[in-house]
Amino acid sequence: MSEQTLFKVTVDGITIEVPAGTTILQAARQIGGQVAPPAMCYYSKLEGSGGKCRTCLVEVSKGSEKDPRPMPKLVASCRTTVMDGMEVKNITSEKVVDARAGVVEFLLLNHPLDCPICDQAGECHLQDLSFDHGKSNTRFEFQRRTFKKHDLGKHIQLHMTRCILCYRCVFTADQLTNKRVHGILDRGDHAEIATHIEKSLDNEFIGNVIDVCPVGALTDKTFRFKNRVWFLKPMDAHRDCPTCAGRVTLWNRGDEVYRVTARKDEWGEIEDTPDGKPGWICNTCRFDKKEASDWTIEGPRAISRASVISQGHYSGNVGTTIPTETFKAVNGGRAPHLLLDIHDESEVNQPNIHLGQIQGPAHGTTFNNKNENA
Amino acid sequence: MGVKLLLDKANVPGIRTYDVYRREGGYRSVEKALKEMTTDTIVEEVKKSGLRGRGGAGFPTGMKWSFIAKPEGVPRHLVCNADESEPGTFKDRYLMEFLPHLLIEGLIVSSYALGSNDTYIYIRGEYAWITDILEQAIDEAKAAGWLGKNILGTGFDCNIHVQRGAGAYICGEETALIESLEGNRGNPRIKPPFPAIQGVWMRPTVVNNVETLAAIVPIINLGGEEYAKIGVGKSTGTKLISACGNINKPGVYEIDMTITVEEFIYSDEYCGGIKDGKKLKACIPGGSSVPILPANLLLTTAKGEPRYMNYESLSDGGFATGSMLGSGGFIVLDEDQCIVKNTYTLARFYRHESCGQCSPCREGTGWMEKILQKIETGKGEMSDIDLLWDIQRKIEGNTICPLGDAAAWPVAAAIRHFRDEFEWHVNNPELSQTSNFGLQHYADPIHVPA
Repeated sequence: MSEQTLFKVTVDGITIEVPAGTTILQAARQIGGQVAPPAMCYYSKLEGSGGKCRTCLVEVSKGSEKDPRPMPKLVASCRTTVMDGMEVKNITSEKVVDARAGVVEFLLLNHPLDCPICDQAGECHLQDLSFDHGKSNTRFEFQRRTFKKHDLGKHIQLHMTRCILCYRCVFTADQLTNKRVHGILDRGDHAEIATHIEKSLDNEFIGNVIDVCPVGALTDKTFRFKNRVWFLKPMDAHRDCPTCAGRVTLWNRGDEVYRVTARKDEWGEIEDTPDGKPGWICNTCRFDKKEASDWTIEGPRAISRASVISQGHYSGNVGTTIPTETFKAVNGGRAPHLLLDIHDESEVNQPNIHLGQIQGPAHGTTFNNKNENA
Repeated sequence: MGVKLLLDKANVPGIRTYDVYRREGGYRSVEKALKEMTTDTIVEEVKKSGLRGRGGAGFPTGMKWSFIAKPEGVPRHLVCNADESEPGTFKDRYLMEFLPHLLIEGLIVSSYALGSNDTYIYIRGEYAWITDILEQAIDEAKAAGWLGKNILGTGFDCNIHVQRGAGAYICGEETALIESLEGNRGNPRIKPPFPAIQGVWMRPTVVNNVETLAAIVPIINLGGEEYAKIGVGKSTGTKLISACGNINKPGVYEIDMTITVEEFIYSDEYCGGIKDGKKLKACIPGGSSVPILPANLLLTTAKGEPRYMNYESLSDGGFATGSMLGSGGFIVLDEDQCIVKNTYTLARFYRHESCGQCSPCREGTGWMEKILQKIETGKGEMSDIDLLWDIQRKIEGNTICPLGDAAAWPVAAAIRHFRDEFEWHVNNPELSQTSNFGLQHYADPIHVPA
């Protein structure tokens, strides 16, 4: 292997060396944390994705070592490659923070905000984005655009009203299946994902559009309304699948498998398999293998501490710790206006045995009966 | 009488046919270019001429041509952007309808300079009858040996294909045009790579406006330096202006960019003054997407100097007190026109034409339209005006293609210069439905020639 040219790039004051051809977003993700711009449409495993949602806009305050002029406009970090000596401002730039708040407002403009009845709630990128970068109110006072729900084949339901038109599912179908049958119809704010006219998506790998969808527009019909994701316990599992790598995350409650998804990394993207290929899973694994006996369970999956899914579920043995600071301390000395602990309300969320300590899927018998406990 | 380079023969009877066009001195530039000049000297002449893109952005054409990548064994393409859809702009329509051979001639020379053997005219879908005119002209030129294989025995092959669009404004943006030409959905591509590196079918491509390509003909005939002597400063040559609105003589005029805006509006040679003896209120000088200017800022710059019809003078003062020459769609509004309604109409257009690819433009244009409709129908609130300002600010510069900017600028300029009219609409919801704000203080500094 010949030496790769390394470019020095500084994001928010942190310098990192990355190979030439890396995008600003990928470089920032290597630094990690708050420095990485959010991305709603970019998906590193899908060629050609990105550039559309404009949430990843950053300010380039220095073009490169050779040409230090700043770029006149904010640029989409997911589609702009780094130059040697480039200096990028993400959260340290007021322009970026302002533009990003604007983009979040635009994305939420026609979004129904029906999170309480949406299956994606709890693992929704748009929720995370608006929580991190948005404002708490809207200035939009008109009727929101709505669509009818559509069945795309027997396993996938399209709820177009929630769609943010990221085009990820279009790229997925283009790149994973031999013939894409859905696409974007119309233009502007009445553009929609559709099959023209009524076709079913039945390719063996089409289920992956559910995993790439950043919002609840494409949902798994075998899981719809069955459970909330934060009531489930994600477990890494695998099986010997003839069509795909068979490496999945099972979402269990007791010994019942509620749904099967591909394994996702910290950016919400599908993890690579050990041989370096994206771990897309087939429809059989996703929709049909809903018995714990179909799978070899590897153990509980590490979920980000910030995620509602990990709320109170895991302790040290999966690499996370429960915060010990008081709310007042992290909130700059201010007491919260209102603090609800929803976990008091639910038995399932307050088990007296730590879920993280259970090997394999949890069973009803693992938990003590409340009466016995008292 | 100004110099005419493009439309000088437009009134010759039968100029649309090859025989008359040739008799009037047509296709001289092809002979000169193919026989006496090399591709590099043509590009050099175009650079010397100072010709700037006539489609709106005003980018120097010679420089654009010199950017085209020339990898071995990869065909290059020239694409003529005839998707003229900007409200208020109809200069290309006139040119193609009455002088189709002028465009063909410019295309052959440009194709030779850029090494394009297959050149495309992407024409607006609504211009169906012009497609027939162009195709007939191409057939005539082919029969006369100006197109096809081995043109004039030089070994240069060139074919021109006419492709009709399907009626989308966005396909006038060069990368969306390329996508549409390839048969895909007309979404603008994310740049870089620019079309000069990867354009049609990932091959190096130059996309030029109809008028730009037609202007290549006089540049070759006169020579770049002679051409540059016409006009002033960096605005060389002649420009077609399509004047419309409340004027006595709407139509397409060829100007040499040395006349003042006042002369253009009021002289009998051009627009012939405001219709019915009314007063000038405002003007959109370069097609619907450029900022609107009130009469006092239109005729003189903020410094008090007279404003000229050229790239620099019209943009003098930036967007705070200036505008742009744009594509030359000169829309004049008289004292009876309502700026709020005008802005609403434009916002409706941009909402309808947004491709829906990137979120600020997709959602923002619709939001602006709804707010403007609210104000226009007398239901507006004072905070809506500030909200509009904030929305346009968040769209501008944050989108993939310039459509977002084009949607934001008219709204921004209308609020910047006519805020009192918006406020009047909010304060007088009933009165605003039956009468107009009128001229108010914009009338004062205007000198109306006798």
